[in-house]
Amino acid sequence: MNAANPTLGDPHVWLKRQSRWSPFEILFWLAALLPFFLFPTYLTLASQVAIVALFAISVDLVLGYAGIVTLGHAMFFGLGAYAAGIISVHGWGEPLTGLIFAGAFAGLIGFIVSFLIVRVQHLALIMVTLGLGFLTLELANSMSWLTGGADGLRGISTWPIFNQFRFDLWGYTAYSYSLIALFVGFLISRRIVHSSFGLSLRGIRENVTRMPAIGSDYKFHLRKIYTISAAMAGVAGALLTQTTNTVALDSLSFQRSADVVVMLILGGTGRLYGAILGAIIFLIARDQLSGVNPQYWYFWIGVLLMIVVLFMPKGILGFLARIAGRRD
Amino acid sequence: MLGRTAAVAMLGLGTALSTGAYAQETVKIGVILPYSGPFADAANQLQAGIDLYIATHGDEVAGKKIEIIRRDTGGPAPDVAQRMAQELVVREGVDILAGFALTPEALGAAPVAEEAQKLMVVMNAATSMVTEQSEYIVRTSLTIPQVNYAFGQWAYENGIRQTYTLVSDYGPGHDAESSFADGFREAGGEIVGADRTPVANPDFSAYVQRVRDANPEAVYIFVPGGAQPAAIGKALSDRGLTPPDTKILAQGELTHPEALDGMGETALGIITTFHYTLERDDPINNEFVEGYTSANNGREPDLFSIGGYDGMHLIYETLKATEGDASGDALVEAAKGMAWESPRGPMSIDPETRDVIQTVYIREVQEVDGELQNVIIDEIPDVKDPLHGAN
Repeated sequence: MNAANPTLGDPHVWLKRQSRWSPFEILFWLAALLPFFLFPTYLTLASQVAIVALFAISVDLVLGYAGIVTLGHAMFFGLGAYAAGIISVHGWGEPLTGLIFAGAFAGLIGFIVSFLIVRVQHLALIMVTLGLGFLTLELANSMSWLTGGADGLRGISTWPIFNQFRFDLWGYTAYSYSLIALFVGFLISRRIVHSSFGLSLRGIRENVTRMPAIGSDYKFHLRKIYTISAAMAGVAGALLTQTTNTVALDSLSFQRSADVVVMLILGGTGRLYGAILGAIIFLIARDQLSGVNPQYWYFWIGVLLMIVVLFMPKGILGFLARIAGRRD
Repeated sequence: MLGRTAAVAMLGLGTALSTGAYAQETVKIGVILPYSGPFADAANQLQAGIDLYIATHGDEVAGKKIEIIRRDTGGPAPDVAQRMAQELVVREGVDILAGFALTPEALGAAPVAEEAQKLMVVMNAATSMVTEQSEYIVRTSLTIPQVNYAFGQWAYENGIRQTYTLVSDYGPGHDAESSFADGFREAGGEIVGADRTPVANPDFSAYVQRVRDANPEAVYIFVPGGAQPAAIGKALSDRGLTPPDTKILAQGELTHPEALDGMGETALGIITTFHYTLERDDPINNEFVEGYTSANNGREPDLFSIGGYDGMHLIYETLKATEGDASGDALVEAAKGMAWESPRGPMSIDPETRDVIQTVYIREVQEVDGELQNVIIDEIPDVKDPLHGAN
């Protein structure tokens, strides 16, 4: 490294500079508290936005940063959702430990699956993720003694958090809980992408054959991020189970995997805020549009998606960054 | 500045007052259905049933105006159904929750009905335990065990001794398989084989061949509506499994009028069990079918339509009984034991389980005036769901 060059400098200094909090970010997280005061009747929606945003971040880590194109990540979301639901049905409804258990379980499966994932690329990778997603769905369908099959799991009851905060009808507890989980997940992801590990991931995304040449064990890196991402998706799934007390096969469905990719494309891949923004836009658009016309709301999502892909190839956030004149 | 703030405040107050007064005059019904996605057609048929009832009975009951607020789940999505129910209660202030085409969605919304103490009218979801989830749930559709358990008994009583079952491999299919088999076995019959086909895009030929090899006296079939009835009908006739040599028994979806068009003559002689028969000759039903088809561009009513129609009837009649009191407790009390003549025939609400009690019709596909029809050959009156209270 050439220390005289001000744009390069010491890599650790560069990384540190990258990871500094900007005022926009602080503003964004303060704005996340607004629903409590401005839209108290929309808290259940806000809670689900936070959950889906966490899921979108987990997918962004593998898709946006590490370049693993996945169409089956709902698998981990669903595994986490069912893990949390099943321990609750069997008598342990404590939310925090349930969350940790679900995350660990999804992470474990993610770790096992990651050995398969790193072996394939491109189209084969998409097919493998898709296939794994379908396999999990079919497994959950056929193991109805455990999962409740097509009817969904029954009898989930989540205890109050710290024996103190009941999940109320208005969604105050649900949103607080989901938002805190999202924030923690975001902090972890932020730490990852601004680390040297995060940089290697981007290297892998840009040129996977060159990474071994500079002495980077890319398969190890990919397995690591895939496991972390799976655990995070599992936590998101568990949050949905705990805040709604329901879990059914749709949590594992292809639709859920596809929706989250749509959100990432809308918001902008390879940006953590892109994932969050995409989730916000998608769910609010769905809520508002389906209120106007329940039958055809997906039409407008399609229109929005085409506009974004045609005119903002880096997503809405990438577009905004370009307008603001900031380099990527 | 001050004047403007005051004006805004006044406006706000005015709106609050007027909505307050408005709310007293209306009964809001939140309808939660999968209007988009794979079950959109079912949702639209159900909605058309609701609309027809309001169109023919007016939108005012017991001095109150009925207001319908629709919400889409895009389902099956229990978490969305749960959130929709929650939002309808806290944001829209609905008095009654209704709809629920799919069991998981009904299960998702049930805790909300329980906590908010609102009447929840299940207009389709047909798994037995739905009504057990809350004291506020009333069902106006059917349960799968209700029509199939009685059918199993009927099959034995009508001379069938051996049956092979072939059902779709998902919740409703499993329920149909077990309830038919229970009814049939308890009467003395023997199930000689049981197979399950994949829910999506099954190729029936291999399954039908297995049935053929077992050479049973009758085969019981459960497949979801849509493209599958025609496909299985063709597979059966290709392998010579046709009545009267092999009796074919099924739940009503198999010989639904639109499915019959696809099956053609292979459908002749199939015996089905159902709670609603389009062709049932009865003044109330004729009027219903006529009104429905003219309001929906010739589309005929089906099980979803009748569930929605009778669900609205229940809501109207309970509101009349409570003289407009839309609280959940009052409405549920009024609904218990309520009986009426529906286009489907006589039906009532079980005071103990809040589930539907109705006549189960056994129909056979016959040619009437050159067209295939489900002709009622037997009726089993006042059938209850056999599973309630079993656990």
